[in-house]
Amino acid sequence: MKALALAIVVLVGGLLVSATVDFPDWADPNSPASRHVSPRYIEKTMEETSVPNIVTAVLADYRGYDTMFETAVVFTAGVACFLLLRRREPRPGPSRVYRHRATGVIVEMNRVPDKEPSPDVFKRIDDDWTPHDLIVMNVCRLLIPFIQLFALYVIAHGHHSPGGGFQGGVILGASVILMALSWDLRTAMLRMKETATGLMSAMGVFIYAGVGALALALGGNFLDYAALSPLLRVDPVAARSLGIFFVEVGVGLAVMATMVLIYKNLASEGRLDQGL
Amino acid sequence: MEEYIPLLLTKYNYWVYITLMMIGLWAMIAKNNLVKKIVGMNIFQTAIILFYVSIGAKYGGTIPIIQHGPGHGHGAAQIKALAYINPLPHVLMLTAIVVSVATLGVALALVIKIHRRHRTLEEDEILEQLRES
Amino acid sequence: MSEQYPALIVITPLLAALLVSAAGWLRPRLCFPLALAGLGAAAAAATGLLVQVLATGPVTYRLGGWEPPWGIAYYVDNLNAVVAALVAWVALFNLVASYRAVMTDYPEKIGPYYTLYVLAVTGMLGMVVTGDAFNLYVLLEITSLTGYALIGLGGGRAPLASLNYLFLGTIGASFYLLGVGYLYIVTGSLNMADLAKLLTPLYGSLALLAAFAITLVGLWMKMAFFPLHAWLPNAYGFAPAPTASLLAPLMTKVMVYVMIRIMISVFTVEFVLQEVLVGQLVVWLAVAAMVAGALFALGQRDLKRMLAYIVVAEVGYMVGGAWLGNRLGMTGAVLHLINDAVMTFCVFLAAGCIYQKTRGTSFEDLRGLFKKMPWTMAALAAGAMAIIGVPPTGGFFSKWYLIRGGLEAGHWGFVGALLFSSLINVVLFFRVFEIAFFEPSGGDDSHGGHGGHEEHGGAVALAEAPLSMLLPLMAAALGLIALGLATGPLVQKLILPIIPAGLG
Repeated sequence: MKALALAIVVLVGGLLVSATVDFPDWADPNSPASRHVSPRYIEKTMEETSVPNIVTAVLADYRGYDTMFETAVVFTAGVACFLLLRRREPRPGPSRVYRHRATGVIVEMNRVPDKEPSPDVFKRIDDDWTPHDLIVMNVCRLLIPFIQLFALYVIAHGHHSPGGGFQGGVILGASVILMALSWDLRTAMLRMKETATGLMSAMGVFIYAGVGALALALGGNFLDYAALSPLLRVDPVAARSLGIFFVEVGVGLAVMATMVLIYKNLASEGRLDQGL
Repeated sequence: MEEYIPLLLTKYNYWVYITLMMIGLWAMIAKNNLVKKIVGMNIFQTAIILFYVSIGAKYGGTIPIIQHGPGHGHGAAQIKALAYINPLPHVLMLTAIVVSVATLGVALALVIKIHRRHRTLEEDEILEQLRES
Repeated sequence: MSEQYPALIVITPLLAALLVSAAGWLRPRLCFPLALAGLGAAAAAATGLLVQVLATGPVTYRLGGWEPPWGIAYYVDNLNAVVAALVAWVALFNLVASYRAVMTDYPEKIGPYYTLYVLAVTGMLGMVVTGDAFNLYVLLEITSLTGYALIGLGGGRAPLASLNYLFLGTIGASFYLLGVGYLYIVTGSLNMADLAKLLTPLYGSLALLAAFAITLVGLWMKMAFFPLHAWLPNAYGFAPAPTASLLAPLMTKVMVYVMIRIMISVFTVEFVLQEVLVGQLVVWLAVAAMVAGALFALGQRDLKRMLAYIVVAEVGYMVGGAWLGNRLGMTGAVLHLINDAVMTFCVFLAAGCIYQKTRGTSFEDLRGLFKKMPWTMAALAAGAMAIIGVPPTGGFFSKWYLIRGGLEAGHWGFVGALLFSSLINVVLFFRVFEIAFFEPSGGDDSHGGHGGHEEHGGAVALAEAPLSMLLPLMAAALGLIALGLATGPLVQKLILPIIPAGLG
């Protein structure tokens, strides 16, 4: 296997190295890539979409169709993880451990209870790991709202600064994952139910495709946000800017929900009862 | 030898990406542990991202966000393409990054499923188990 | 509405997939009807587009209203239109057939299963109609990711097979992406038509050759072209039956389409024939694919795995035909692409029907099936005849074109390998039918399946697959014969106009 790997690596590497002879030098402003298609994006984006962040404009408008499927890729990964891992049968092993919230008394049950006790009174504790680090839990509790606020800023300010739906969505998802890590998976699940996560990830992509389909219904081509201008009562350029914002929100929602869905399924091997 | 020195100096971005890519490819083929293969796959994909992003660079260009723009939709004539780096590779690589994250998620899910069944992630041990059964 | 057909082909299944996913959480009952509606609309739009393209010539569609090369554009000519219609209809028939199988095997996961199913079809349709090289990569990844999940869902060795597919598939897709990057760095464009214009002055440069080589190797990995086929037999052999009958007919065929598209629309046949000096080598690889696929298939004791190796051989037919370098070979490759999708669908669906009833597809499970499942076996026989190349099925005519192409090119190895692999196919299917016809069912059968006790009276009770599986199967079997009878108009009207003039 090693010899085969070496042969393949040398062969492919040699092919790639030999091709670089014809490539432009690094950072050459006169390279074909810098001269053919991209100058239009730089020079016209303010005029045509009124979005100063050219990457956002190209991502969500000029090549918005790619980005729609990129969001669909994220959604696919979430559904795929669910399909592959999720199982309903409970974890083997008879005992369950609970902590009475008011008194702190820890109760161990010898069998799986028929009915789960109310989470407000009894907190279920993981078999193998019981997180109760006061400092970590409370610092995270303080941090999470600010992280989420920042995520919303990143989504909304993608027009003017680095950011956008993907980046903001990942930060939002990370805040939920942080809660699952610092508290436990069940607490995070109580805040964000599995059904809600699944629905949100589908809804995020639906917002994106829906905005595109709306443009189609209003007589433009698919994803032609300028066609939305009669509906939004603004001029076509501003409609493009707003259209970009709508799809960014959809992207953020889909990415956030999918990150959480993937994390929950991977961390608990699909049982969603206890994990990291 | 003399004529190769400029080649080495002006195109080093390509050497870096090819090296990274070959490290990833090596890991994917030669490693025995499935998770190490996945790590190799990620290095492999990252190398391509590096390649694309390096296409976008321009001497004297800044990040592709129009600064102090003269207001929405007006007076765009002053914007010069040479002042900003090429945004297109960045856009394309945002897609590629997302794809590689998605692939990573699915790969890990499959690995968990394999581990559930075989209780190991070493490829030779799994194949041994399959041969016995 | 008709000018929006190209968009509708992709959008309706995408929206349907999202609705199916939502229904999976709230009302699982609605999943199947929604998926059916989405794919039905896509099939209708694809048919409409085909009619339109035949009537008025190639169609361009600008997404977002941006003109290419700045925005993404679809470019649909006869080749795309016919492959899109093929993909949409085969996926629709398979969806109908999959209902019972999914209900039996994965009743809890209908929602995610159909979501991924419809997304996979969306990706394939998008790949077929798009005219943008990078957009193709994104759609390719959607199809691949859904494919990994749908295959990995199976029990036993399926997850490992799927992970191997994921590794090789990711290398393949990454190579394609790198090849597109090479084209971008030397031209600055991603639109296929624009690339074709910009590349002409660059012929002869090493970067272009490398780009072509990397792109093709990537695509070959995805289509399981020998010797990069290692993932396919396990992946399709261990996949759940409805997944196998979706991916095996369509995925490899769509990748062959992409290869032909890259060869004739991004590069030109002049480039492929004159600049690339390894054309002969590729045909020899195709020869190796046919021979190796046939020989490996001989060694299998399981119907699905045997069929998977036949797919490897069939990929060799198409790649070889496309690389022969003459009009007959290219015509044969495109015609075989159409026929092969239908016949692979037919035989894999028959295997799915058998699995539905016997819970296995190994040769032991096939015993006595002609009495128990006469209709399924009749359709399997029709598919087998098409794969072998018996007239009047379509398989005969496409092989006829391929052989004539091989003779014209003077490539005796190709002709010989084609005949050899057809001969092996005769042996393969004769063996299957011998078991199914002569060997009595049940007896020492450890599966204890249906019909074990029905032996006594001499007459075996029918245990035919459900009607929802039989009807699509019958449609596929009849489709094979219809394609054979329609070969003349198919070649004249559809295929000849798109064969580039540069081919000798």
